[in-house]
Amino acid sequence: MAKKAHVQTTINGEPTEFLCENRQSLLEVLRDELHLTGTKEGCNNGNCGACTVILNGVPVNSCLVLAVECEGASVTTIEGIAEESHLHPIQQCFLEDAALQCGICTPGFIVAAKALLDKNQAPSEQEIRFELANNLCRCTGYDKIVRAVQHAAQRLQEVKG
Amino acid sequence: MRGFKLYFKQLSIERRRREPTLKDFEYAAATSIDEAVSLLSAHGDRAKILAGGTDILVQLREGLRQADLVLDIKRIPELTELAFSRQQGLRLGASVPCYRIYEDKALAASYPALADSARIIGGWQIQSRASIGGNLCNSSPAADSIPSLIALDAVCQIAGPSGRRSVPASQFCTAPGKNVLQRGEFLVSLDFPPPQPRTGSRYLRFIPRNEMDIAVVGVGAWLRLDPAGQSIEEARLGIAAVAPTPLSATEAARWLVGKPATPESFTEAGRLARQIARPITDMRGPAEYRTHLVGVIAQRALADAAERARRAS
Amino acid sequence: MAIDTRETPADAGRTAADKSAPAYKVIGTRPIRHDGADKVTGRAIYGNDVQLAGMLHGKIVRSPHAHARIKRIDTSAAEKLPGVHAVITAADLPDLRDKVADLGEGRVNLAHLGANVLAHQKVLYKGHAVAAVAAVNPHVAEEAAALIKVEYEPLPAVIWVLDAMKPEAPLLHDEVYTEDMTGHRTSEKPSNASKYLLFEEGNIDKGFASADVVIEREFKTASVHQGYIEPHVSTALWNVDGQLTVWTTTQGAFTARQQTAELLQVPVSRVKVIPCEIGGGFGGKIPVYLEPVAALLSRKSGRPVKMVMTRAEVFEGTGPTPGSFVRVKLGAKKDGRIVAAQAWLAYDAGAFPGGMIGPGCMCVFSCYDIPNYRVEGYDVLVNKPKTAAYRAPGATQAAFAAEQVVDELAEKLVIDPIELRLKNAATEGTKRVGWPAYPRIGFVETLQTAKSHPHYKAPLSGKNRGRGIAAGFWFNIGLKSCASASINPDGTVTLMEGSTDIGGTRTSVAMQLAETLGIAAEDVKPQVGDTDSVGYTDVTGGSRVTFATGLAAYQCGLDIRRQMAERAAVLWECDAQDVTFEDGAFRQNGRSITFKELAGRLNETGGPVLGRAAVDPEGPTNGFGVSIVDVEVDPDTGKTTILRYTVFQDAGKAIHPSYVEGQLQGGTVQGIGWALNEEYFFDDQGRMRNASYLDYRMPTALDLPMIDAVIVEVPNPAHPYGVRGVGETPIVAPPAAVANAIYHATGVRMYELPMSPPKVWAALQAKRECPVV
Repeated sequence: MAKKAHVQTTINGEPTEFLCENRQSLLEVLRDELHLTGTKEGCNNGNCGACTVILNGVPVNSCLVLAVECEGASVTTIEGIAEESHLHPIQQCFLEDAALQCGICTPGFIVAAKALLDKNQAPSEQEIRFELANNLCRCTGYDKIVRAVQHAAQRLQEVKG
Repeated sequence: MRGFKLYFKQLSIERRRREPTLKDFEYAAATSIDEAVSLLSAHGDRAKILAGGTDILVQLREGLRQADLVLDIKRIPELTELAFSRQQGLRLGASVPCYRIYEDKALAASYPALADSARIIGGWQIQSRASIGGNLCNSSPAADSIPSLIALDAVCQIAGPSGRRSVPASQFCTAPGKNVLQRGEFLVSLDFPPPQPRTGSRYLRFIPRNEMDIAVVGVGAWLRLDPAGQSIEEARLGIAAVAPTPLSATEAARWLVGKPATPESFTEAGRLARQIARPITDMRGPAEYRTHLVGVIAQRALADAAERARRAS
Repeated sequence: MAIDTRETPADAGRTAADKSAPAYKVIGTRPIRHDGADKVTGRAIYGNDVQLAGMLHGKIVRSPHAHARIKRIDTSAAEKLPGVHAVITAADLPDLRDKVADLGEGRVNLAHLGANVLAHQKVLYKGHAVAAVAAVNPHVAEEAAALIKVEYEPLPAVIWVLDAMKPEAPLLHDEVYTEDMTGHRTSEKPSNASKYLLFEEGNIDKGFASADVVIEREFKTASVHQGYIEPHVSTALWNVDGQLTVWTTTQGAFTARQQTAELLQVPVSRVKVIPCEIGGGFGGKIPVYLEPVAALLSRKSGRPVKMVMTRAEVFEGTGPTPGSFVRVKLGAKKDGRIVAAQAWLAYDAGAFPGGMIGPGCMCVFSCYDIPNYRVEGYDVLVNKPKTAAYRAPGATQAAFAAEQVVDELAEKLVIDPIELRLKNAATEGTKRVGWPAYPRIGFVETLQTAKSHPHYKAPLSGKNRGRGIAAGFWFNIGLKSCASASINPDGTVTLMEGSTDIGGTRTSVAMQLAETLGIAAEDVKPQVGDTDSVGYTDVTGGSRVTFATGLAAYQCGLDIRRQMAERAAVLWECDAQDVTFEDGAFRQNGRSITFKELAGRLNETGGPVLGRAAVDPEGPTNGFGVSIVDVEVDPDTGKTTILRYTVFQDAGKAIHPSYVEGQLQGGTVQGIGWALNEEYFFDDQGRMRNASYLDYRMPTALDLPMIDAVIVEVPNPAHPYGVRGVGETPIVAPPAAVANAIYHATGVRMYELPMSPPKVWAALQAKRECPVV
């Protein structure tokens, strides 16, 4: 077995270092080594988006990133979305709008929606559908997810005043 | 890019009778072209290049390719270079992720077909990682970028043990999953000629869903119109997913020169493009259907390209 | 958005029962689900999130062949690989020959169940499990799996249901003969047709003879998968004391326990199943696949073992829904009254007997009151994974056929398609195929609501556009549920129930307890128990949880009220029988004490209060739905775009309307996926070629419009709050509705699912080349 690599990163704002095999994905390390199991595995080949994290400011499928590539990188996972004592407006809107059923795709959707609303403060319905097309949901039919993201966008605008 | 998987699977499934396994490998992040060339030369076929990783990691996991060394090229400055000016044209480093192309408004306006391709390779999470260079080097018959590269007359800059060489994008792929790169060579960048007035380009594909799908047929079209915006001065047409490699539909493009930029011309060009299609029948549809689609999608892509050319002038 | 039918101008969904309906405080509101914060922050523990000290990782070796004899398995190289702790094959399972078990859905041949978990002598589909290893990490396990050498003798495979019924077809099982409904053997030789069903009423010959119009058509559907985003995962620990604990993703902890115990031939009391949060199921997470394998690996290694399927394994190794062939013949009078109906259905069961043909037969005409019918069905073995339930299992294929023939009748008779359905609609007293007469049902009200909805009246202009409608039915079952609850001194109630929560049922169950006790939904703290901490509860399936477990919660609430009334009587030194409960408070002779106040005084009145209930309501609760869909078809590519969709369904009573809408929307979209693109694509060797999300093509957000959900409420008389259950019906109508819309857009009728672009284009080409007059 090859020697493990030592990687220094920042995860959810915390300097974090870990050891990994070269073949381990960021998803594997997040879940199995760092116990950040909020990031989900649905397909392990980039087609479902359940493992979405924000890597250096952009959303990626963490199953398609080698952990060893992340030297010096900054990673935000679902565990880093909520603020200290309260939910992020996207999380709150997902709850209020019943935008989840089984919940397995929810972390990926919330992280992708966060990336979307960071980039586009008032996305149209079509823009939301386009940007979230890498995230599969089998329960909701997407209706309530799209509404929750629209709702969160409004709420974030209101907060900004 | 991601269509490659299936082609490859069909070719290799008879040979491969074991469970896919991902053996551990060495990892290196080269910081210079020379370092990369020497590592690639030393490992030959057993070295695999990692740019965005959205194809290679899946292929390694599924046992479609094997690696002793995975060579990350994203820390080589030339590979992440994105240099654009209206005078010099575009130099696109081979590992520049797709999103940087379509988020650069001036660039996207100058090479609209390239921006079209970058916007629909996988979904957003894929586009954050996947590069046009990687899409080209993966050399899938159904690659979404290659028809655009053909249409935009891109040139591949290749580094290797005997120095640099350049190859037109239209001649880069040689077979499903195979290309002109020799031992020790890798793609450094793609060069695009400066944008010209009265030109427009479009990449259009047909997929059963609206996103996250492999092209059943993909067409990249580029046109230059006369000053009146009426007739075609020059045309290029690339098509994908209907042959072992993406093709340049040169005859159709030649035919368009001097013709009026009308739906009838584009339909005829589509008919000519259909003649070079040699699709297979698979889960994406029967060969007859795919051949038919070449005409439909070519006609639509050309019409859009003409519209963009008119708006550009 | 949902429209409460009481606000629609037509008032169509409103019934006499509604008008006298009590005003609820909790039911019908939309509280935030109790497990919500955990699920939006990533803290909820799903099956794959279980991590135990010393845990090993398992991996299964699967067949590359669709059909082959296993000649030899050599595990020696795998066993020698450093890091490998255990290797097993079917030889490690107990001998299950001649053993049957009642798993709640009829008697199951355990040898078949066992051979599906680990192949015995033969592999019957590509992806069939053959052996398994446990190692220190998933990568080493994968390497070890690759070292297991299996020698196969390939056999011819059969994939299509009608091919499998031919006399010369390759036989999957030498010992399977055709049996009729009473278990009598009806074939002389072994056969892939394992079951023949026949349902008859009246006289169809006379019926068809009296009809003015008769239409007969044939339909085919491809296998589709449930598609849940969470792959199967199980972790097992076989302790030195012989106790087995299994953490798993399942729709039913108790059925997982029973299946695991039966397959391992240990008493159920030795097995404890802890159901984790579950990432979707839709029927596919009822059978066990990994649980017994992980258990055997744990016993052999002495360590906990986790097994996770890859997405390809999920497609290739777990339950798709049957591929089917259905022939439907309907005869009607000029006025639209259907007088005779005949159906012949052949559903594939996958590699082992016991598919979805029963419900298919019973649902094919279940929306209509038809005096003369004959329905025949076959359960047929093919070289595909053993089929599993998928949301209204068997009903969607049948409705795809029947609802298109109904649409043709309407066209031929020049009657509005909803009107035609109203003329024939099943109502209270209608006798349905295979069951006694319906009790009070809401099909007529649902049709009327659809007919008066703005969508149905909206003009639809533009070329290649069409509107389709279809109806759907699913039984919705009752079955066994338990609930217990303890009262906390602050007036909150901790509820323990046994239904794994796939779509917010903790909340819909808790709301019924809250309503019963006159407290807020937030004051109930619901938990899903494991098999050692809650009473036996059947699977989360059959659209039963909000109905049956909700009923248990209601009865548990009554039990608490009775006990609390006794405590009030202690306080007031009166007779408990004189204490009443109204408006959230116990009352007697002008005195009153709220539930919360009394909860704080339990210790001084006799100690803790614990409520409990066990229920087993009989009979289906009968869910009816109607879809209206507008499509546009691109004539040059054959691609169909869904422009607008409205789904109507009788929920009986919507406990939490948001989650009812969610079921309607989600089921509809699964039906749209089934209609347009989803299918198992097999090569000529019977091997699935598209075992990934990329190539299987479930709908993405970009493939859909908003799905308008309209809840109709015709209370179920068999439930105190009128609940009918809603989960499954929504998937039934969409493929037929989309097919009808494609027909009205193009003039081409699609007789085959999926109606994917190449097929629609080919049908359009055929029409262009040879237009039928």
